[in-house]
Amino acid sequence: MSLLAIKDLSLSIGDTEILHNIDLTIAAGEIVAITGESGSGKSMTALAVMGLLPRGSVAEGAIMLDGTDILQTSETDLCKMRGNTMGMVFQEPMTALNPVQTIGAQVAETILIHEKTTKSEAHKRAAAMLERVGLKVPPSRYPHELSGGQRQRVVIAMAIALRPKLLIADEPTTALDVTTQARILDLLRDLVREFDMGLLLITHDLAVVADVADKIAVMQNGRIVESGATRHLFAHMQHPYTKALFAASAHTVSLPETPPSSPILQVRNVARDYPMSRTALLGPRPMFRALHDISFQINAGERVGLVGESGCGKSTLTRAILGLEDVQEGQITLDGDPVFSGKRPNLAVRRKMQVVFQDPYSSFNPRHRVDRLITEPFHLLPHPPTGPARADAIAKALTDVGLSPADAGKYIHEFSGGQRQRIAIARALIIEPELIIFDEAVSALDVSVRAQVLDLIADLCRKRPLAYLFISHDLSVVRTVTDRVMVMQAGKIVEQGETETVFAHPQHPYTRTLIAAAPKLPDIGQTG
Amino acid sequence: MIRYVLGRLTSLIISLIVASIVIFAVIEVIPGDPAAFMLGINARPDTIAALRAEMGLDQSVVARYFDWVTGLLRGDFGQSWTYKTPVAELIADRIWVSLPLAIYALALSTIIAFPAGIYAASRRGGAGDVTIMGATQLGVAIPNFWFAMILVLIFAINLRWFSAGGFPGWDNPLQAIKALTLPAIALALPQAAILARVMRSSLLDMLGEDFIRTARAKGLSARQALWKHAVRNALIPVLTIIGLQFSFLLAGGIIIEQVFFLPGLGRLIFQSISARDLIVVESVVMLLVFTVIMVNFLVDLAYAAVDPRLRTKS
Repeated sequence: MSLLAIKDLSLSIGDTEILHNIDLTIAAGEIVAITGESGSGKSMTALAVMGLLPRGSVAEGAIMLDGTDILQTSETDLCKMRGNTMGMVFQEPMTALNPVQTIGAQVAETILIHEKTTKSEAHKRAAAMLERVGLKVPPSRYPHELSGGQRQRVVIAMAIALRPKLLIADEPTTALDVTTQARILDLLRDLVREFDMGLLLITHDLAVVADVADKIAVMQNGRIVESGATRHLFAHMQHPYTKALFAASAHTVSLPETPPSSPILQVRNVARDYPMSRTALLGPRPMFRALHDISFQINAGERVGLVGESGCGKSTLTRAILGLEDVQEGQITLDGDPVFSGKRPNLAVRRKMQVVFQDPYSSFNPRHRVDRLITEPFHLLPHPPTGPARADAIAKALTDVGLSPADAGKYIHEFSGGQRQRIAIARALIIEPELIIFDEAVSALDVSVRAQVLDLIADLCRKRPLAYLFISHDLSVVRTVTDRVMVMQAGKIVEQGETETVFAHPQHPYTRTLIAAAPKLPDIGQTG
Repeated sequence: MIRYVLGRLTSLIISLIVASIVIFAVIEVIPGDPAAFMLGINARPDTIAALRAEMGLDQSVVARYFDWVTGLLRGDFGQSWTYKTPVAELIADRIWVSLPLAIYALALSTIIAFPAGIYAASRRGGAGDVTIMGATQLGVAIPNFWFAMILVLIFAINLRWFSAGGFPGWDNPLQAIKALTLPAIALALPQAAILARVMRSSLLDMLGEDFIRTARAKGLSARQALWKHAVRNALIPVLTIIGLQFSFLLAGGIIIEQVFFLPGLGRLIFQSISARDLIVVESVVMLLVFTVIMVNFLVDLAYAAVDPRLRTKS
């Protein structure tokens, strides 16, 4: 008998139907993954199993967990089951823990609310559980003292403290670096084996799914469109959406050849120090060196990637290149002119450089129309176009990114995430910069949208020579959209070279670790 | 933690020094000759000269400032010109009315606001929430002196439960507390209304946080998650408001003290300003500033007690 059996589950909130006729089973010791893009109903399915649906939702069908129908269980009884029979791990480890309680107390709480035991006994068991999930810090620590990966281990310890029969993990590694992701996935796999739990893994990342899941269910618009054993499903994809999803995940673009050219951006021996808090009351501030002796150059029309894990100095480097902050050693020049002059960015240089950020939702002022949003860089120009010239520039920028000139009068909330990122690119292109910095520009997008935006970037490169620095933690994306790649670790560039060469024959041990940790799609699907 | 306290302490001392300089400058230096100002335009030159000598105005500004500050540190606040008694005595009499009144009012406001705010947040959008929010709207809108008069009308004149004003002294503590009850309620209710609204919105913010969802996934009921995880986090903005309110209650009770004929600091300042007794004004203002800064220091310490992120260095 299966541990969890979702039978014909439908769910609606008000007039909106969220889930349609979901059927899914999980046996003890089995890892079942639900995958799909945002809005497909993955997380809602998980919350339905936990009995934590938002207020006003109406569910039909049955969710049988170990013989109990969750949908027919009272809230009081559900409270007894949550954390006990079923546990859940969420996506965002940075905010999933209470900031004012120690991690030990938070794990112990799971034990204390379900079992009659003493506080010290619960804390002892919590400490043991924290050790089991591989956490090497004492339970008396507070969440803010831990890294993202460590926090996720705490959340896992909390969810499995009572050895639940079913563990639900909703995008448990999405917010983590690749090496951390690999370790957390290993941990989950070990725990499933050791405790004989069922694991419902929810992730948008097909490569993660392929690596760990026994079974896969692909969701689209609230329906499971295809499901089956992982190997079999990848080898014999039936549904067009599954095929499209797989193709988009493995999407590659073909960049035009770069003509031999001269360097535009030159970064020479750059070091950046940040002052830390004083150790003595009036003593000197100790310095933290975020960038060590960084040197590289980007030629006109050249596409360069920058990869590394969070905290390695990628953002610091971006700020320094944009001339937002001064550097302590070395020099950054664009076309021979320093990017930073006196106390602020050198405007003469800034107009040759634009940036596209990660979050398509928060990087626009919601109260401005698109024409105003994308013409913002005009303030960098000595004589910005006005009247018809301005309208032409807006129309051209929008057309270039695959939108229509009529979109200029709309507000940003009228666009989807992918369209917003196109608008961000239009904003960067409008003053025809020599260099664009893509700072995790496709990381927040669904795979199919990501594929479109990558195609757009390749298209733009074909239209005119466009040099960019593409910063991303996603190695597969960097591999396809760059000519040359730099690998950064702890403020240093540890390896750089032709993208294909670096990926095929990594020299530095850190590069090898990164490449090994990145989850890979199986090759079988590409033919099937 | 020690470092955090030391940091706050340093800022406390600097604030006090700056405040004392500003108060001294405003009152003793800027309006010209304080002695002539205090005595009015019809004063005889020899009276002014006598006052000048008594106030030490023939000394240099710097010397006078240091005399004043060292005096304050020793508890010597100078001599009141109108009352002809040491200012320290005047303050000592009044502080035993104003301080208990402020604490009483703050306690009342907290006791009312916390449950009201928490209840409203836990029943968001429900009838209880709407009722409480309506009541707080009213509480914020009603001026406290008007409310004070209504209280007098009902509880002192009609029901005769309390006296309409005056203060019998602390010889009989029960009577003293009774005399302070109506003023404390009048002061507390508008503050409670503000505090309840802050508590509610701060809690609602917290209830939307991920760690509340985590707590629910652990098996805590909605109520347990609220009490065990949301309330303490919600306290941080609430503490800020409480700190600001205490300062207001201590000094801002002037009108209420007038309504209830309470011999408090507010009335002392009011009378001293009317009588142009700058020596009293200066010292009482300094004392109030000192209290406000101390309260803010205590609020800072309370932050650290609530929030571990402040205890460890960044």
